[in-house]
Amino acid sequence: MSGYALEIERVSKSFGALRVAREVSLALLPGARHALIGPNGAGKTTLVNLVTGLLQPSSGTIRLAGTDITPLTPERRVALGLARTFQISSLFPKLTVAENVGLALEARGGVDQRIVGRLRDRPEIVDGAAQTLDSLGLLGIAGRRIADLPYGQRRLVEIALVLALQPTTLLLDEPAAGLASADRHAVLDLLLRLPSSLTVLVIEHDMSLVFRLAQRITVMVEGEVMVEGAPAEIRSNEQVRDVYLGKRHHG
Amino acid sequence: MNFGATAVALLVSGVAYAMILFLMSVGLTVTMGVMRIANLAHGGFAMIGGYVGFALMNEAHFNVFAALAVAAAATMLLGAVLERTVYRWVYATGELGQILMTLGLTFIMVASANLWYGSNLHSMPLSAAMSQDMDWGPISINAYRLFIIVISTVIAGVLWVILEYTNYGAKLRAAVDNARMARCVGIDVPRMFSGTFAVGCGLAAAAGFLGSPILPLEPYYAVEYLVPLLMIVAVGGHGSLKGSFYAALLLGVIDTFGRYYVPALGAFVIYLAVVALLLWRPHGVFVRGLA
Amino acid sequence: MNTAAADIPVRTGTVQDAFSRHPLSWIDTLPWIAALGLYFAFPGYLALGTQVMIQATFALALDLALGFGGVASLGHAAFFGIGAYSAALYALHVSSEPISGLAVAAVAGGVSALLVGPVILRTRGITLVMLTLAVATLLQNLANSFDAVTGGANGLMGYPVAPLFGTFTFDLFGNTAYWYAAGVMAVVFFLSKALVNSPFGLTIRGIRENQVRMRMLGVPVVKRLVLLYVISGAFAAVAGAESAQVTTLVGLDSLAFSLSGNVLVMLILGGIGSLYGAFLGSFLFVVLSDRAAAVDPFNWLFAVGIVLVLAVRYAPNGIVGLVERAAAKLGRRPLP
Repeated sequence: MSGYALEIERVSKSFGALRVAREVSLALLPGARHALIGPNGAGKTTLVNLVTGLLQPSSGTIRLAGTDITPLTPERRVALGLARTFQISSLFPKLTVAENVGLALEARGGVDQRIVGRLRDRPEIVDGAAQTLDSLGLLGIAGRRIADLPYGQRRLVEIALVLALQPTTLLLDEPAAGLASADRHAVLDLLLRLPSSLTVLVIEHDMSLVFRLAQRITVMVEGEVMVEGAPAEIRSNEQVRDVYLGKRHHG
Repeated sequence: MNFGATAVALLVSGVAYAMILFLMSVGLTVTMGVMRIANLAHGGFAMIGGYVGFALMNEAHFNVFAALAVAAAATMLLGAVLERTVYRWVYATGELGQILMTLGLTFIMVASANLWYGSNLHSMPLSAAMSQDMDWGPISINAYRLFIIVISTVIAGVLWVILEYTNYGAKLRAAVDNARMARCVGIDVPRMFSGTFAVGCGLAAAAGFLGSPILPLEPYYAVEYLVPLLMIVAVGGHGSLKGSFYAALLLGVIDTFGRYYVPALGAFVIYLAVVALLLWRPHGVFVRGLA
Repeated sequence: MNTAAADIPVRTGTVQDAFSRHPLSWIDTLPWIAALGLYFAFPGYLALGTQVMIQATFALALDLALGFGGVASLGHAAFFGIGAYSAALYALHVSSEPISGLAVAAVAGGVSALLVGPVILRTRGITLVMLTLAVATLLQNLANSFDAVTGGANGLMGYPVAPLFGTFTFDLFGNTAYWYAAGVMAVVFFLSKALVNSPFGLTIRGIRENQVRMRMLGVPVVKRLVLLYVISGAFAAVAGAESAQVTTLVGLDSLAFSLSGNVLVMLILGGIGSLYGAFLGSFLFVVLSDRAAAVDPFNWLFAVGIVLVLAVRYAPNGIVGLVERAAAKLGRRPLP
């Protein structure tokens, strides 16, 4: 029908009288690198929650590769190829890095409920984890517990985790948030090397990351899409500057 | 057909039971709403208040009001001291730890009660006037239950006024809605909470003491009423006083009617009701905010 | 980053170790070596030893649900009691053969968990705790009411228990009972171990650590928790059945809150989530309570309360945790 990897069609969400999203529309082609920016409280994370199914929209439709996923549970959406990271890394603290990635592989392989046989005897999990970690340079910390890792490494592990799911569409919620510049470079590096078949939507405040990664940018303010366009257009857009820098005084 | 008269009597009984539980639960609701901890020892404070009041009336020959006042004050003091000491540990630990620690506290309270008064049932002695049944035609209402209902409604009303119309109430509601934000706007959540915790214990003590003719005191009291209390908090929506008020009414009436009309299944009815309610609205049936 | 294929075996070795959690080791034989030793050293205390092993089996069942899955069950006695009553009723009305009695109990426990699980495992935190308590209390009420079947407050007693494997009679001296309990404990332990080492074992620990993330991996969390609860319920029922068979007495106290509370304390003492904690905790608790509770049950309860508070504060991982910390300090690899 449309050939879009992800379509958000006039999605609205209200909590009683509070409208957190109004008629938001967004469409991503396969392989897109799309950034979602806007001031705090604009509703960006809410939108991601709506797309992943943690929240139900008050109205509107969400489609993943043409399939209407609006009535589906979060688990079903993941099974259809949708994955996300969280603003505050959502991992398994007392488990090791390898186990964290292993869980994603188990889930993807549909073996997470197997009660017979040892996990360590499953090459698809063990080797799969080794390969994923290796490709991200994280093999050295495979045996460390998440709780013992510095924040920057946890962010990277979370990306490894979602990549292990081999998603078709990836939603990243502020992947560089709270990171020192060296870690930011590592994250950007990683994002730039993501498979070109993967469709990526990134929420970010770090503008240098946004402008280096994004092909298209959507600006959200107070639950609404204010403007959408190519990076150059957005960068020179007066309204966008006002939203971020405040109205300038004349004269 | 006596159904009407029976129904009224059951209703009165159910509402009285509900009111006692509601007063007991106030402290628990606020603790869960503000500090977000599960305080399984809360029933113990009710029990302590009951025993202290009983002892004062029985041994020191205090009258009802003096006994009530001193029992409530003593329990508040105990609550305040524990909150500053043992509960600091409870705040610092995870969900399971909170459950275990407060459970341990409950065991200590149960054991202490037994050491002090043994395992017989005790309750606040009632005057003849208080324990009579008042007859209005075919309808017979127990005076003491009516008294409980009246006094609890008054207290609930006072609580509501405090919450809605005072500065302190506004701060408390803010703290329940979002403790972190409340701190940011300058509300000293931990300090405010210490006082609130003590008040909650005092209310529980009053409920335990005044309610003892209906819910007699014995060492396992603390554990016995834990499930109904938790049910009220769960159905009412954690941290919602209005919610727990309605939940208490609902559960108290259902339980009383259930036990009367289906005695073989007794407790079954209320558990089924709670499960059904929670399946329908997992976050609590009457929710949103402290008031 | 280009890496030679020859490096992979080395790296995979590391990654594989990063998954290892409960490998078979010599430590696993200790409980039975101890049982053997105690059998000869204290022949007059066989009944107590049997009790320890039954409670250890019960504790293992709870450890699976609580320690590995994070399900805070304060009402696990429900399954123990279901198992006890099932075994007794089976012996009374069908067959006195003990092993099939255990199987019947396991099915009863599992089915009960299957009925209750999907409802209560959707909830979390204090609501879940309350519901587990409610279920156990409800069962106790039901057992009391339907006294035609359950014997009510008097319970069931005097039902026959056939000799084990047709040869070993359950005599008054308790020899058969002791080794019966040891055998059941072994089966439950090694099955639990296999479960923990399986892919499902990792899944369940993931659920304990972060339910939302598990959902975001596409895992149907409630379904997995129900499976865990069914297994845990079945094992707990087996413990209850054993208890019914060796004492030929089942009463309302097999559904009592104190039973749920005690097994919880055993796990805290020994260490949650390690399987070994079940052995240490049950040994300590049953032996101590046998001495102390006989003297003064309420002072014992007082002591238990204090231990709970102090243990959570100072030794949240129980004795196993303390041993691990000590071993780590001494530079050796900590216990798995």
